[in-house]
Amino acid sequence: MTEPVIVAREMVKHFKAGRGTVRAVDGLSLEVGRGEMYGLIGPDGAGKSTTTRVILGLLTRTGGESSVLGFDSMRDMYAIRERAGYIAQQFSLPPTLTVMENMQFFAGVHGVSAAQQRQRIPELLAFAGLADFTRRPAGRLSGGMKKKLALACSLIHEPPVVMLDEPTLGVDPVSRREFWSLLGDLQTEKGLTILVCTPYMDEAERCTKIGLIYGGRLIAEGTPAAIKALVPGRVLEVTPADSLAARRILGGLAGVREVQTYGDKLHVVVADVEAGKRQMMEALKAARLAHDDIREIEVRMEEAFISLVRRQAAEAREGRAA
Amino acid sequence: MSLNTSIAGAAPIVVEDLTKSFGSFVAVDHVSFSVNAGEIFGWLGPNGAGKTTTIRILLGLLRPTAGATYVLGFNSATQTKAIHARVGYMSQAFTLYNDLTARENIRFYGMVYGLSSKDLGQRQTEIIRMAGLSGRENVLTGTLSGGWKQRLALGCAIVHRPKVVFLDEPTAGVDPISRREFWELIYAMAKDGITVLVTTHYMDEAELCKRVGFISQGRLVAVDSPRQLKQTQMRGQVLEISLPRPDQAMRRLKAAQQSGEVALDEVALYGAQIHAVVPDAERYKNVIRSLLEAEKIPVTGIEWIAPTLEDVFISAVNAPK
Repeated sequence: MTEPVIVAREMVKHFKAGRGTVRAVDGLSLEVGRGEMYGLIGPDGAGKSTTTRVILGLLTRTGGESSVLGFDSMRDMYAIRERAGYIAQQFSLPPTLTVMENMQFFAGVHGVSAAQQRQRIPELLAFAGLADFTRRPAGRLSGGMKKKLALACSLIHEPPVVMLDEPTLGVDPVSRREFWSLLGDLQTEKGLTILVCTPYMDEAERCTKIGLIYGGRLIAEGTPAAIKALVPGRVLEVTPADSLAARRILGGLAGVREVQTYGDKLHVVVADVEAGKRQMMEALKAARLAHDDIREIEVRMEEAFISLVRRQAAEAREGRAA
Repeated sequence: MSLNTSIAGAAPIVVEDLTKSFGSFVAVDHVSFSVNAGEIFGWLGPNGAGKTTTIRILLGLLRPTAGATYVLGFNSATQTKAIHARVGYMSQAFTLYNDLTARENIRFYGMVYGLSSKDLGQRQTEIIRMAGLSGRENVLTGTLSGGWKQRLALGCAIVHRPKVVFLDEPTAGVDPISRREFWELIYAMAKDGITVLVTTHYMDEAELCKRVGFISQGRLVAVDSPRQLKQTQMRGQVLEISLPRPDQAMRRLKAAQQSGEVALDEVALYGAQIHAVVPDAERYKNVIRSLLEAEKIPVTGIEWIAPTLEDVFISAVNAPK
């Protein structure tokens, strides 16, 4: 395999907080290969944004190594800026500037020549579906269009790498899907390397590779299928009359490895589907809890995420206790 | 649905032939639906479709141009005070005071709603327990993480024991675990007989609603249970194509879609797979396979998969009028 495009090795970032320090990134290692769409997922505060910012050289690194296209995040941050596009979380585009002026502004920031601008700006606006809105102020675009404009602006200097921090936050499903279809085009047609942080598990499923961050470390990495395979068993779904009581009872069964609440449904992780079903039915019957048919469901990224994060949290607690 | 029965009936939320125009722009266009007692109703639609406008009219904050809305039998436009005393409202922008503790925030909202001092103490305890804030009740709110704040905001919004609660994108930007915990609270409220109307952009949350209404460009597109909607509202069927080189296949399929060579409603990359929406799954399995194999693009598998609520949502919103 060729040299990975984005690399972090035992990367560390500490923040001062009062008299102590917060270890936002705590020995994190990851590699993103050329043309990959890498999804960074994790609970709030796990260190996703900090990781992208340290790799881009926007925050000073406390320890370890990180680079983009072989350029060190600390020493060569300007080289990285020339070669990487970035959309920050809850970015804002100058709202009074029109779509065209925003593009020209970002082109200026990146030193794109006038001749290159004349060629690239119309191409990017057509790509983002904004060609008919060049004179509209950015502040008057819909949420989805703002995100597409931000993407177009981040590509103005034709970077081979883009890093996107929760780029679709607060956007409706239709616009979200359009945005991801643009990302798909960038990946398949231009061969871009993309790193995206997302709280949406259905978006994570669309990545070629996923890294799960917890407590500033990468606790799992792999294709979406591989991550889902980390759920320790098969998942059964049941809707009991009293889900709180049922959860307690089922959680105590020998064959049950995990119980997750999903509205008034329970998702129960078992080693064996038939034995698990039998055991659950008997336990619910003994407790006189009515329920619907117990059926196996396909594991989604969300169940895997919850399962992995919970196990990690439990291990961390045991580690502290020991 | 006949208009009279819905007013007379017990439905806590009734929207009747509601229209709201701002100048020449019709934000809500002849919308009717009702929400039953103890129901969790998902109110879904793209940004700007009219979701928040509908909620503001229900709360009496905006006047309808035509039609009427009722909450707990009170007319939103003329009996606004009676409604405010009986409903809770929480949006993404719900204000918590960061320099007050969790307990003080609950107390503050309780006082705004005019709770007696005895009641205040009891509600503080109940809400701290409900929101899972025990042990953190005296922490400054500003230092709580997103999920805790969200649950505290919900607690404050229901401090006066409302019978109906409106939640406008309550979980935006919160991680999956916190969202699950928030939904446990919503379910607990519904179990207590509280009626909940909730908007969300997360289709997996919409799956948790008893019924959902889709609104698009001010018009109600469909109202039903998530399960029913998947059966009735999906135009086309979803094929999942697995193959070693999805990028090549995407280029070929997109070209075929644009030229009209193959009737593909949608074709999108999902990780290492491709999802294509086609008129007839069984027939198009072969069409797509031969199209790709003619280009020497190997196909590992093509499967007909069940649509997600998101597929259905997009299909319903994009449907020709």
